[in-house]
Amino acid sequence: MGTELAKAVVDGVLTGGVYALMAAGLTLIFGVMEIINIAQGVLVVLGAYLSYTLQVHAGIDPFVGLLITIPVMFVLGMVIEWGFIRRLAPRDRTALSILATFAVAVIVEGVLTQAYSADLRTLSAWYVDRSIHVFGFYLPYIYLFGFALAVVLLAALYLFVYRTRTGYSIRASMQNRAGAQLIGIDIDRVSAITFGIGAAATAAGGTVYGATNTFNPDSGYDLISRLLVIVVLGGLGSIGGALVAAILALVIEDVTAVLWSPVWSSTMFFAVLVVVLLVRPTGLFGQQAVRAQ
Amino acid sequence: MSRTRACAGALTALAVIGSGTACGSSGSGGGSSKGPITIGVSLSLTGDFSADGQAFEQGYELWAKTVNASGGLLGRQVKLDIVNDASSPVQVATNYQKLISVDHVDLVFGPFSTSLTEASSQVVARYGYAFVEGAGGGPAVFTRGLHDVFDVSLPVANNLVSFAKWIAAMPASSRPSTAAYATEDDPFTAPQLQIARGILEKAGVRTVYDQTYPSETTDYGPIATGIIGSKADIVLVGTLLPDVTAFIKQFVQQNYDPKALIATAGPDQGSQFTQNVGANHTQGVMVPNEWYPTSTATGNAAMVAAYLKAYGGNAQDISADVAEAYSVGEVTAQAVTADGSLNQTQLVDELHKGTFTTVQGPVAFDSTGQNVKAFAYIFQWQNGALVPFQPNSADTLEPVAPATSPIIYPKPAW
Repeated sequence: MGTELAKAVVDGVLTGGVYALMAAGLTLIFGVMEIINIAQGVLVVLGAYLSYTLQVHAGIDPFVGLLITIPVMFVLGMVIEWGFIRRLAPRDRTALSILATFAVAVIVEGVLTQAYSADLRTLSAWYVDRSIHVFGFYLPYIYLFGFALAVVLLAALYLFVYRTRTGYSIRASMQNRAGAQLIGIDIDRVSAITFGIGAAATAAGGTVYGATNTFNPDSGYDLISRLLVIVVLGGLGSIGGALVAAILALVIEDVTAVLWSPVWSSTMFFAVLVVVLLVRPTGLFGQQAVRAQ
Repeated sequence: MSRTRACAGALTALAVIGSGTACGSSGSGGGSSKGPITIGVSLSLTGDFSADGQAFEQGYELWAKTVNASGGLLGRQVKLDIVNDASSPVQVATNYQKLISVDHVDLVFGPFSTSLTEASSQVVARYGYAFVEGAGGGPAVFTRGLHDVFDVSLPVANNLVSFAKWIAAMPASSRPSTAAYATEDDPFTAPQLQIARGILEKAGVRTVYDQTYPSETTDYGPIATGIIGSKADIVLVGTLLPDVTAFIKQFVQQNYDPKALIATAGPDQGSQFTQNVGANHTQGVMVPNEWYPTSTATGNAAMVAAYLKAYGGNAQDISADVAEAYSVGEVTAQAVTADGSLNQTQLVDELHKGTFTTVQGPVAFDSTGQNVKAFAYIFQWQNGALVPFQPNSADTLEPVAPATSPIIYPKPAW
């Protein structure tokens, strides 16, 4: 049992890193724009399909393909912001964003179904099936690579937000949208870049997701509920919070499944979520905490 | 308006969108007696069951095309009215209500899966329609006292019996000593494992892992870890394609090689299965089923030929779902033809008393609507092909002609 427990913790940490990558964009978008991007899960799946297409039709390795898919998803994110989000009435922006991004999700799902059918697919590469034997554990390369990718990209995202001029604008917008506008920050530009970054993160998350799961166009709906609870637990707007919450969520679920039963995995996680929110209503690293930094 | 109220409004709107547009009606059903015969079907074209749902769509359309090419049913062309239930038990009930009470279809065919058949059968029964289906074989469908549900396929609870008896009949020296079980919390999969476990335990095969997990599970890692940690000799999983794929991937990554691995569904999905797990990881994997492409059942060769003409590919890649759906059409057509009308009451009576031929073999129903003529084969992937095996009098699994190669046991390493 001890070995299985340790394995569950390791698996939870590695898988949590990948979920953090998918959730980072969601939390960033909420932090800056105060909108809930219901389409984030479908965009992850779109990222997986882009990698799949490059692999099948051009023979490009999924990780190498990120050099193409990340910029593509960044541009798509900006287009979505321009076409669906920017036009929302500011007064009801948060509520309307749920409908607008739901529409985006339905459209993307429909296009994917037309293009690829609803057949289940998965990404394949040499590292998907192989593992390295360390301290008695078989650690799959795909999870190690996925976790490393998550750490690198989240660190890059953190540096971008906290160490660049555009990042300052993003943080200013997170802290006070109206105030940022008053001091000359182009909010529309910041919002477009933020949504682009959020979508670009899904390209990376989608690649790892697609290599570790089978997926079809509506797999995004299974993802979005989990991503939403991760960003709520981590604190809406906090990138670091997303990482901590994702790892915490997956470790709790995996350990519960091993010690008790998979049936209680989600229940246990939600119990922890409720307790955390009772103690800290803004989540582990919510906006109040971020603003205090 | 406060933000909270705005959010509530938006979520309400979302809920309305998601709930569909059920508009109840007490229409008596049945369309024009001169135009085409319309057949209403709800299928999972998206969602968890989409792989199977689409295969069912192919089977239904293939049957309709074949019937229409040979003059139709009762001299009228048949027209399918297929709507998507997105694998949702709520939506499937709504769909059949609308098909019958609003669209007034002449006949209905069943959806995919036991859970969706269970969810919709009460609605269909309310309107007195005969509900012929091919994938609702779980016990839950037949314990509700309904008189109008007919499953043309094998009662699924017995799917793994041939496999379990084969293991139990092995000489003690080669018989596995431990088994692991993991299944979705689904009325299609769970009963199969329960019956198999009973047979195996009686034969002395000790259970070292047994877990049921929610159908909406997306992270199968902990369950795979549990199975691997149990070091079970054989593994029986109650799955569909996504979860059996995840399990096999994890087993490969963790270098875990059970002597036998059988899944309730998933490995029967032809090229979708081989592409997702990798063709080199299929050898020895088993799945129970009732149909295989080279079966000599009446009409099967013609159906396979028609399928290949319509959809391409090769016979090995044809999902058994196609045959199940096609059989639904065959049984319904034979009952309607024998009765000479579309009267639902007479059709139900005809279905109860008749014996029918299908591409899956003969069909006759007991009082609950289960097919008493069905027979379970065990299929094993061997060198890229799914090879059927049938039990003999000694409960040994022997290849079905023309295949001659014996069943592979133990399963080779990944």
